Amino acid sequence: MAKAVVRIGLVALGLVWGAFAAQAAQADEVKRYVVEGSQAAERSACVEPTERMRRMHMEFIQHQRIATVHEGIRDTQYSLTGCVDCHISYDANRNPRPINQPDQFCGACHRYAAVDLNCFDCHASVPNRPAADAEAAHRAAGVTGAPHGGGH
Amino acid sequence: MNEDKTTTPVDSGRRGFLGTAAGVSAAALVAPGVFLHSVAAAPRTEAVTDAVRWGLLIDTAKCADGCSACVSACERENGLDLQEPHSATSKWEQQQAAWIRKVKLQDNQTGRITNLPMMCQHCEDPPCVDVCPTGASFKRADGIVMVDRHLCIGCRYCMMACPYKARSFIHQPLTGQLTAVPRGKGCVESCNLCVHRRDNGEDSTACVDACAAEGHGAILFGDLKDPNSAISQRLREIPSRQIREDLVLNTGVRYAGV
Ligand code: HEC
Ligand code: HEC
Ligand code: HEC
Repeated sequence: MAKAVVRIGLVALGLVWGAFAAQAAQADEVKRYVVEGSQAAERSACVEPTERMRRMHMEFIQHQRIATVHEGIRDTQYSLTGCVDCHISYDANRNPRPINQPDQFCGACHRYAAVDLNCFDCHASVPNRPAADAEAAHRAAGVTGAPHGGGH
Repeated sequence: MNEDKTTTPVDSGRRGFLGTAAGVSAAALVAPGVFLHSVAAAPRTEAVTDAVRWGLLIDTAKCADGCSACVSACERENGLDLQEPHSATSKWEQQQAAWIRKVKLQDNQTGRITNLPMMCQHCEDPPCVDVCPTGASFKRADGIVMVDRHLCIGCRYCMMACPYKARSFIHQPLTGQLTAVPRGKGCVESCNLCVHRRDNGEDSTACVDACAAEGHGAILFGDLKDPNSAISQRLREIPSRQIREDLVLNTGVRYAGV
């Protein structure tokens, strides 16, 4: 009887161990989408734990959108403007690359997941504020070059 | 105050007093402004309430013929100048959204001409909100009438309902939009009293600033519910009207001299 219990225990331990190993392997395999040269690439965390962001970001943004447009709340934690500011990257000429491009942060993962967004038909896909602010945003991102030419 | 003192050519004590008084009053004027700015000029963290109602007072006597500073400032602020015509020939393809129009009125009997900027009048009972089938057209608690473009299906009922012809439709795809002012094909939009400035605690709108910079100062912006605001005080002082007051919409934009 006692032997049987030990055996079951060992089997259970083995199973748990196996699951851990599998998970570790999986974690190595998960493709990362944070783009080289973006502010996010230099930080350790998103506005929520990464796992949560992967699954829930659309809910966060949608909630933020109602709060901002209807209630005027500009708390920037889940703002779309905030996602773009932190996840944007820059090309060799130091121009920001539209974040919805298929090789950029939002664009690459959405292409992989076959998600089609129309948000950037209206929303700026690069930090594009009136001149002074855009420059500040670029400086904050560690870029000193000329700001994007599409706006002002 | 005695005779001797006032007849003395230079009384340094009195001068000193005047100087201090001027300094004190200047400080008193500046301090609240600075205080307001540093505290309020930050993004809102709480929902807007109906404790305020934003409005404009336009003094048409000061609105200059031929000046369109308010219109171009509005276009710059809200990225309306980034619209590009889609055809050189068809006038329909050259239509552009506008949030302010300069309107010239002539009284045919007397020949008197009045100039005024016409924008969304931010009605208390907005007809555009009544007719909207999706709830996209709405009035924010602080009195700003606007369109939630995420809900707008582009039916344009609101444009037909608006007595002021204040709304525009975006007919063509756009690129290069400003971060603060998203805009896209198939939605209706109109003046939102520079809502991004409101939510950042700034104290005026682009049109007001431009009009003041031109030296006209024909537009006042402020809280209609605060009896001490500049706009409320001015409304108490001078006669003003609502355009189409017969419709009893209780507009937030008022005009003097019409
Ligand atoms: C202040 C910077 C910052 C902001 C703002 C920000 N992020 Fe992130 N985000 C990061 C960082 C850093 C990571 C990588 C975290 C890690 O290494 O686990 C990340 C990771 C992610 C991931 C997971 C990516 C992957 O490879 O699996 C998603 C999805 C994401 N962010 C979406 C968003 C969205 C949507 C917003 C706007 C609501 C946003 N982020 C705003 C910094 C930011
Ligand atoms: C038809 C144009 C249009 C489309 C399409 C659109 N938006 Fe917006 N969005 C706007 C406008 C206009 C605002 C108001 C901007 C303001 O006042 O800051 C806004 C504001 C927001 C805000 C709050 C501001 C911010 O930066 O956080 C969020 C979040 C948002 N939209 C998310 C989305 C998402 C997600 C999508 C796609 C599913 C989307 N929007 C598609 C026009 C659009
Ligand atoms: C790690 C992959 C990944 C990244 C990175 C990512 N997304 Fe997503 N996103 C998804 C997936 C997967 C879905 C679809 C979820 C579903 O359909 O349930 C989605 C859906 C969305 C939706 C809802 C779409 C809809 O039609 O309802 C929005 C909005 C969105 N993402 C915004 C963003 C933004 C903005 C960024 C960049 C800042 C971003 N996402 C980056 C994976 C990602």
